[in-house]
Amino acid sequence: MTMTQTAKQESAFRSFARSNTAIGALFMLPAAVFLLCFLTYPLGLGVWLGFTDAKIGRDGVFIGLENYEALAGDSVFWMAVSNTVFYTLFASILKFILGLWLALILNENLPFKSFFRAIILLPWVVPTVLSALAFWWIYDAQFSIISWSLIQLGWIDTPINFLGEPNNARASVIAANVWRGIPFVAISLLAGLQTIPQSLHEAASLDGATPWQRFRFITLPMLTPIIAVVMTFSVLFTFTDFQLIYVLTKGGPVNATHLMATLSFQRGIPGGQLGEGAAIAVAMIPFLLASILFSFFGLQRRKWQQGGQD
Amino acid sequence: MTINRRHLLGASAGLVAAAGLNRFGLTPAFAQSAPAYKPEEGATLRLLRWVPFVPAEEAAWLANTKKFTDATGVQVRIDKESWEDVRPKAAVAANVGSGPDMVMSWFDDPQQYPDKLVDVTELGEYLGSAHGGWYPGLEGYAKRDGKFIALPLCAIGNAVVYRDSHMKAAGFSEFPKDTAGFLELCKALHAKGTPAGFPHGKAVGDGNNYAHWLLWSHGGKMVDESGKVVINSPETLASVKYAQELYKTFIPGTESWQDVNNNRAFLAGQVSLTANGVSVYYAAIKDPAMKAIADDMRSVNLPIGPVGQSVELHQTSTISIFKHTKYPEAAKAYLQFMYQADNMNAWITGASAYCCQPLKEFAANPVWTSNPIHAAYAKASETLRPNGYAGPLGTASAGVMADYVLVDMYATAVTGQMSPEDAIAQAEKRANRYYTL
Repeated sequence: MTMTQTAKQESAFRSFARSNTAIGALFMLPAAVFLLCFLTYPLGLGVWLGFTDAKIGRDGVFIGLENYEALAGDSVFWMAVSNTVFYTLFASILKFILGLWLALILNENLPFKSFFRAIILLPWVVPTVLSALAFWWIYDAQFSIISWSLIQLGWIDTPINFLGEPNNARASVIAANVWRGIPFVAISLLAGLQTIPQSLHEAASLDGATPWQRFRFITLPMLTPIIAVVMTFSVLFTFTDFQLIYVLTKGGPVNATHLMATLSFQRGIPGGQLGEGAAIAVAMIPFLLASILFSFFGLQRRKWQQGGQD
Repeated sequence: MTINRRHLLGASAGLVAAAGLNRFGLTPAFAQSAPAYKPEEGATLRLLRWVPFVPAEEAAWLANTKKFTDATGVQVRIDKESWEDVRPKAAVAANVGSGPDMVMSWFDDPQQYPDKLVDVTELGEYLGSAHGGWYPGLEGYAKRDGKFIALPLCAIGNAVVYRDSHMKAAGFSEFPKDTAGFLELCKALHAKGTPAGFPHGKAVGDGNNYAHWLLWSHGGKMVDESGKVVINSPETLASVKYAQELYKTFIPGTESWQDVNNNRAFLAGQVSLTANGVSVYYAAIKDPAMKAIADDMRSVNLPIGPVGQSVELHQTSTISIFKHTKYPEAAKAYLQFMYQADNMNAWITGASAYCCQPLKEFAANPVWTSNPIHAAYAKASETLRPNGYAGPLGTASAGVMADYVLVDMYATAVTGQMSPEDAIAQAEKRANRYYTL
């Protein structure tokens, strides 16, 4: 190797090292490693496990789509899918309506405004398992405080079977989820509301707009990007909910409240059928992707928001 | 009778002195046939166990362990996991080949990774011959192809608990022995407004105990000896129809019950009859406000069905040694020590009727006669039938139970969501998924 070649190589390396590309790549390396190790690898492994007959304590062999074929003919799985969709749909709609309503109230000039804003976050702050345990008592078949109060009032004779009757159980778990999820929606939307310039409302008022018109034509359009983000997160949290169901019903009565996440756990970990559990978890991905795409297209409306062309 | 830690430690210390242990602390009853395990130099052991249900049981286990350490110098670290987490942790340890040296696990766990466990046939056969033999049901969980892959540790007994005064008020002077009489009793209790209640929800322990009793007492079984699913049978249908009749007499809401609901309802006086471990009795005597309930409480084995003998699932625990342990001799010496008559008796006493002995000799333990409420729990090891009867134990039997196949079958039928025939057909399909994998 001659001197000139070495020098040439060195200068090429140096110029690359000095370039922004190299620095940029270097700075991104930790994040990339982190994502690869803790996101891509587990996700990839989960997808792979779904194609194997792995059991806890035993490596599986590739079995193609057999897990999915078995699930396709499994009424419990389809019940879990419809429960999950139903649960997510109703809980998200309720959380959105109630959360928006709460945000609008908190945006008004109330006495002790900061106190109320802080206290509203409590259901979100309390660990899910704790609030789920509280709801478990509230919904208890024998000791429910709701049933007790209604019996004392003389409105009903026997306790309400909150978690024993399939539709009651579904409504009960949705109510608990809504209670827990409202603060997230409300506080996020409140932040969005505060970015709406007061002058717009004032101008509209001068033009004689009613409160409903101001909400419909100023607040709602200005809030759309925030709503898109908040509701995407809300849908994702709800769709993947686990703790609440696991404490309240473990998926009962007779699988009426089993979500895909709880069924995946039940079959995968205590049941030891890792492959099938993974397949159920993988089956959640299309739904989650759909909601992320929804958010992506929701966010695109920002251009129009900022006066650009749609 | 209550046993606190202080009493127990005192008693154990006395036993040590009385036993006159040799340097290794190993003085078995039949010295000539007893295997002698010499712990490896510098050995230490780790045992993974379930979180104890009765504090005095853990105290006794730790006291025995300390005696072992004092006698041999082998340190034993004991890690606790909640009982539902032992299964995945142990399976991962077996697969990865590191972690605890021994595990106290549940039901068919050892059968899921038999080749990862140390063969303890020599010790198992010796202990069986020295202490009156193992109970067959428990032995089945610990043996594979004629070899011991674990040592049976105990059965957590399940029995009917009921309010004596309520039964008498319902017109029964003594508890019915058969399923037909039992149904009449439940009907009478219901009519008096003091109903029975058994969990039809996702109750891992109590729900499975009840469902398996329903099935087996009527002669049904999940699989035959070869592992072929035979749940769809006239016997199963009879058991489902019986469960429907029984369910009509229950307090409303049992389909949402998990493991603690029946205890809670019983202790609050809401139900007058349910089945549970002896823990419900200890919860009652601990609280002075529940004295009336504790005094009125009686226990009895679940009634005998058309099959003509008492058969129940109960919870079972075994203890096994992983092949990856560096100190297999020390581990065997530890197990041998823990199963010595004095030590085992101290442990069974400490568990105050919660843990039923694996070896017939220990049926003579005074704990079973110290309180009439204990008597029903004394027979747990005797009436026990392994999960997935009559087929082989393994991942399929474990999976079927963990997926609540049997519990769901009864729950769908009694709540009227499906006809008995459809519920059985669905259970058959779900079980086949596990047994044909």
